[in-house]
Amino acid sequence: MKKIFFSLVVYLISINSLYALIEVDITRGNLDPLPIAVSPLHVDIKSVEYEGVKVKELGSNISAIIEKNFKNTGLFNPLKKEAFVQKPDIAHLKPRFEDWRLIKAQALVTGKLLVKDGKLKVEFRLWDLTAAKEMTALAFTTTPSNWRRVAHIISDKIYERLTGEEGYFDTRIIYVSEEGPKSERVKKLAIMDQDGANTKYLTLGNELVLTPRFNPTNQMITYLSYFRNMPRVYLLDIETGKQEVVGNFPGMTFAPRFSPDGKKIIMSFAEDGNSDIYTMDLETRVVERITNHSSIDTSPSFSPDGKYIAFNSDRSGLQQLYVMRSDGSNVKRITFGKGIYGTPVWSPRGDLIAFTKMRKGRFYIGVMRTDGSGERLLTENYYQEAPSWSPNGRVLVFYRETKAGSKGEGFSATLWSIDITGYNERKLTTKTDASDPSWSSLLSK
Amino acid sequence: MIFNKNLKNIFLVIFTTLILSACSTAKKSGNIDGDVYTGKETVKYLASGVPDRVFFATNKSSLTTASRATLRKQATYLRKNKKLNVTIEGHADERGTREYNLALGERRANAAKDYLMTYGISGKRISTISYGKEKPVNPASSALAWSQNRRSVTVKVN
Repeated sequence: MKKIFFSLVVYLISINSLYALIEVDITRGNLDPLPIAVSPLHVDIKSVEYEGVKVKELGSNISAIIEKNFKNTGLFNPLKKEAFVQKPDIAHLKPRFEDWRLIKAQALVTGKLLVKDGKLKVEFRLWDLTAAKEMTALAFTTTPSNWRRVAHIISDKIYERLTGEEGYFDTRIIYVSEEGPKSERVKKLAIMDQDGANTKYLTLGNELVLTPRFNPTNQMITYLSYFRNMPRVYLLDIETGKQEVVGNFPGMTFAPRFSPDGKKIIMSFAEDGNSDIYTMDLETRVVERITNHSSIDTSPSFSPDGKYIAFNSDRSGLQQLYVMRSDGSNVKRITFGKGIYGTPVWSPRGDLIAFTKMRKGRFYIGVMRTDGSGERLLTENYYQEAPSWSPNGRVLVFYRETKAGSKGEGFSATLWSIDITGYNERKLTTKTDASDPSWSSLLSK
Repeated sequence: MIFNKNLKNIFLVIFTTLILSACSTAKKSGNIDGDVYTGKETVKYLASGVPDRVFFATNKSSLTTASRATLRKQATYLRKNKKLNVTIEGHADERGTREYNLALGERRANAAKDYLMTYGISGKRISTISYGKEKPVNPASSALAWSQNRRSVTVKVN
């Protein structure tokens, strides 16, 4: 996977933040999504062919991705192009605000692009139609094959301008691709853009792989592999494809995650049947034992400041969630509700912990404050688990399995996402069955 | 005395019948006790009369009386075949989170290993591996399938 540089990011054409402009409130479920018109980007007639890119259609292909991103948030209602009242190039210069208001649009996105000398130059503007003002504008240059990322970056900038929060469109999801009958699943590590495009497989399926997670710079992945039938935590460099075992443990290591600075891996190590939590520093290779208890301690997750660790333990008899300091001191149980709890994952904003709850044969994905108060269950199903946060802490991705018949028929594993408001639950498109998703941070930050 | 013993047996039979008739569909099959599988459907044999696996209750790794009897047979068999090494695979049902199930499988495999060791089998001859919920023997989503999947299986290595 090539590292991608966006040169010349950003010259602001003009910005009017002094006016009271439209705003989208994302803190509650949005039942009245903002009507937005995304005009196809105008393709400059001086554009030349570029191998592998349909230059003539690039403008409408980019706007289609932006529309899909917006629609998927549940916060925006992209309007149908048939109703559009102005040609893209003219609208980009100066929209006739009153005409766009007639089709009930409140915001308008316009833009133009030029493909020349092996480069793609893109410029876009976001207009507030009610106030008849330009809200933001941006221009940048990249290689034409990056056009999908261009669409995602534009989406992020507009989302940020309208909601006041960072976007999450220029991101990837790593997951476990699953194929074959239920009792003989072939599992591979797979990576895709958050919208399901550009799927690539990182392992061949020769050995069982589970629970991949990104490091903070999205270049490394830690995961569990049964290579040579020895379940161990591995590290994979996405660019070079280089893999290595993490540490030299005499037994199973599992449930890995990176520390927020990316320098350590935290995981469980099972010794004589008992699982405790350890960290290993990737540079010094120093291994530290964090918990020492005769119960199962697993699924550790650091707080974003690195000071605390949330984890799963059955020291009370059944699976519950605990929080401790990162040195293992001051262990506190945080779940006391009815049912049992697993997979605590600290929000990138630091304020919430996402979890899986099991009660009376049903599975829930929920969030609670880091002291265990304010529990909110977002979704209930036959089987679902393993939430992972969008980088802005507003959306969770998780996987779901269906009930199988007597021969395993009817079984499926799929990825889903839901806003932490509990609204906007939707299935993600994957090429195969999928589980264990992990969301990257923003790629261009 | 003999009469008394017979009477006792009759009571036992009546009592058992009462319990069975009061139980859920899962127990009607006669293959699940509590929620531990007691049947033979998925069981293979290391040798004649030596079952290869034991079953567990939900979220538990404690050995039942029947499991201990099975493992004693395995220990006897291993004592007779001194050059034989085994791997014990620990498994969980699909109704738990993946990572916890990996830990649970590990604990189940080691519960079986520890018991074999108390019957004189060297720990060096026994390795363990947990598969969590990854390798169900019965792919169905039913109480019976789950009880068959909560297991540790002793597998010959050489």
